[in-house]
Amino acid sequence: MLIPHIVKPRPDTGLNNGKLGIWLFLASEVMLFGALFATYLMLRMGSNDWPLGTKYLDPMWAAINTIVLITSSVTMVMAWAMSAKRNFAKFRLFMLLTVGLGFVFMIIKYIEYSAKFDHHYYPSTHVFLAIYFTLTGLHGLHVLGGMVVNGYLALFGKKHYEQDPEWFTNRVEHSGLFWHFVDLVWIFLFPILYLL
Amino acid sequence: MGKSHAEISRHMRVYLMVFGALLVLTAATVGAWKLEFLPAGAAVALALAIALCKASLVALYFMHLSAENKMIYWILALTFVFFLVLLLVPVLTAFDVIAY
Amino acid sequence: MSDGHHEELGFWRKYVFSTDHKVIGIQYSVTGLAFLFFGFCLMMLMRWQLAYPNQPIPLIGGLFGDARAPGGIMLPDFYNELGAMHGTIMVFLGVVPLAVGGFGNLILPLQIGAADMAFPKLNMLSYWSLFLGGVTMFGSFFLEGGAAQSGWTSYAPLSNIAPSGQTAWLIGMIFLITSSLLGSVNFIVTTIQLRAQGLSFFRLPFFCWAQFVTAFLLLLAFPPLEAAGVLQLMDRLADTSFFMPDGLVISGEALDISGGGSPLLWQHLFWFLAHPEVYVLILPAMGIVAEVIANNTRKPLWGYRAMVYSVIFLGFMSFIVWAHHMFITGMGTAMATFFQTTTMIISIPSVIILTALLLSLWGGSIRFNTPMLFALAFLPMFGIGGLTGLPLGLAAPDIALHDTYYVIGHFHYVVAPGTIFALFAGVYYWYPKATGRKMSETLGKLHFWPSLIFMNGIFFPMLIQGLNGVSRRLADGGATYDFAGAVGPLNRMQSWSAWGLALAQIPFIINFFMSLRAGEKVGDNPWDATTLEWAAPSPPPHGNFTTEPVVYRGPYEYSVPGAENDFTPQTQEG
Repeated sequence: MLIPHIVKPRPDTGLNNGKLGIWLFLASEVMLFGALFATYLMLRMGSNDWPLGTKYLDPMWAAINTIVLITSSVTMVMAWAMSAKRNFAKFRLFMLLTVGLGFVFMIIKYIEYSAKFDHHYYPSTHVFLAIYFTLTGLHGLHVLGGMVVNGYLALFGKKHYEQDPEWFTNRVEHSGLFWHFVDLVWIFLFPILYLL
Repeated sequence: MGKSHAEISRHMRVYLMVFGALLVLTAATVGAWKLEFLPAGAAVALALAIALCKASLVALYFMHLSAENKMIYWILALTFVFFLVLLLVPVLTAFDVIAY
Repeated sequence: MSDGHHEELGFWRKYVFSTDHKVIGIQYSVTGLAFLFFGFCLMMLMRWQLAYPNQPIPLIGGLFGDARAPGGIMLPDFYNELGAMHGTIMVFLGVVPLAVGGFGNLILPLQIGAADMAFPKLNMLSYWSLFLGGVTMFGSFFLEGGAAQSGWTSYAPLSNIAPSGQTAWLIGMIFLITSSLLGSVNFIVTTIQLRAQGLSFFRLPFFCWAQFVTAFLLLLAFPPLEAAGVLQLMDRLADTSFFMPDGLVISGEALDISGGGSPLLWQHLFWFLAHPEVYVLILPAMGIVAEVIANNTRKPLWGYRAMVYSVIFLGFMSFIVWAHHMFITGMGTAMATFFQTTTMIISIPSVIILTALLLSLWGGSIRFNTPMLFALAFLPMFGIGGLTGLPLGLAAPDIALHDTYYVIGHFHYVVAPGTIFALFAGVYYWYPKATGRKMSETLGKLHFWPSLIFMNGIFFPMLIQGLNGVSRRLADGGATYDFAGAVGPLNRMQSWSAWGLALAQIPFIINFFMSLRAGEKVGDNPWDATTLEWAAPSPPPHGNFTTEPVVYRGPYEYSVPGAENDFTPQTQEG
């Protein structure tokens, strides 16, 4: 028994199952981060000593990380394009680059976190640091999740690609949608936490 | 997706252009912050406006929302409405408190 | 449907880690029923303390240990633990798994003519995530200091400083929320993508519409509570102050925290979920009742389209009414006006649906079988629940009624004799589809009538107590509380009704298990119904339908003039 519309879109809705599924999942992610942004806004509006991000954080690291994530989004979309052009070797190259850039992002995050702890800045120090660690921590978990899926597609995807390249390309696209979403969240986190 | 190779090559050129735009916008954010030529309120507005531009570019081109299915648009529009409600209404209630 | 390499699955893959929607649906249903029973037991203990405050619990009083009930006398902390866990378990582990996970999984794919859910593995994952959540919640009773005791709402900062059971509660909730999120993605994709040929949206049975809207509520309302759960975990484990205000003093000592947080933030995030959650509890119930009523009146539903538009509008509005739970948090008049207006507006679609169901009865020759009795009882019970909610939705009367037994009476009328009766109707109605056998009608009626009487015996006095100002969270039922003087004795009647309700479930439990072997064997369509699930064999095999169903007509073509039978299945051509 095979579920229909896994690969080819259903004619009257114009969608395949995975595409609709990943977008619905992203909708729920919007609400998850939305709640945390609402928390940020509530805390900031209710605070009489809200610090500038620069009091605790170093925007240069974050700017570098922004560029790293944006670049990884480009390599991700290139990986999809290569898979769509049926060039698995180049797909794998771009996908591994994407995962590698995710890795760079996490290392920079680690350096940042250690610097905070060295200065005895903990989540309990101030609500600003509390929301900083929660937002970036949860975002970091999403980066890790994306790296696992992308890494799996790059390293173990060949068999599936050879059996059904169209289905495989769909999977790359859906994984990519998640990865771009993670990038998109960071685009907002950067100014909100570090600059304002 | 059943797209032709030529079509995808055209896409790839667009991706690289978007990449360039994103880098420029990131530089603009950092630059505006470094030079501090704006009053605080305007700086917040500018930084958020740039972030919104960057996010739109990512969503429209990398996530292919510029040519997506109608159903996806509906779902995202619904989500966006609830997102705004969730973001703004709790803060509004914090501003409307009875005197005590 | 037949693929060349058919493999026989082993026991574990077939019955435990199954990806078949029917097996998963049954897993959900049995888990939900078990937790409903467990949550009910917690409540029966509380009812002893309410009826006979500070007297030793008879027979089983010695089992709870000195930390909870020294000499069999219930301590207030134990009472709070029972109260918090009763609410949590009934809502998140009882009704939702049964109504959405159980009936949704079992019936929705059949009603739309699909072979399975769109993502079978995700479906399995969502059940096991629920299972882990259940284990975490149940296990938290054995932690030092017991399970969560800050109410099912877990208001901060009380919950922030509660014993470790609260941490387990939060972790359990995160499992349950993850389960619901995965499930809701699956339901939406299944409904949109896997409908049979010819089954347009306006040919969907009302039950499918109810599940579809419910899935959207779960998808978009649950994440904020997940976020709130993470924030409270941070508060408890990393000593942050998201929900801790400045200058908090406990037992005369200032807490060593940074402060600067907002206790009201928790309430916003909690109720942003918990109000739509109320509709998650009620919409599938309405769906079940609609199916049963259409089938047993042998008439089309009156105003099917109006009902569908109402359920969509209801779902949308349920996102912008949540702060009517917060009128007495110092909310100003502008916001209070906004929320009481939206609350009054949302009652309109509920009334439309209820009215349509009521009018559907008009002129029908009704078959009074067990599912129909439960469905019929749903109408006035939900009616009482809904109407008693109106004063709570208006800011001025809510100031007097907030946190009294009136509130408890109101929402229990919605959920207990409302939703749970509808769920019983569903169990009796679809049991033949899941097993190929009918449940006993005699035992069913023996289950229904006492249940109806005892339910009202429990909940109607609550409305009276609440109007007299008895607060809802008194560990002695108000024995030491002036307001409760005149209405205190009602507690005994309620408690005996509750224990009577327990006895009334015995015929159901016997019926449920006996009918598996001894129930009357029936064909594929024992109720002469029109919708697609009855076109599949009973019980449906893996892959559900023997031939791919094609739909030619709407869902409720009963008693069509000139038709050969008094029901015309959706698959019938012409």
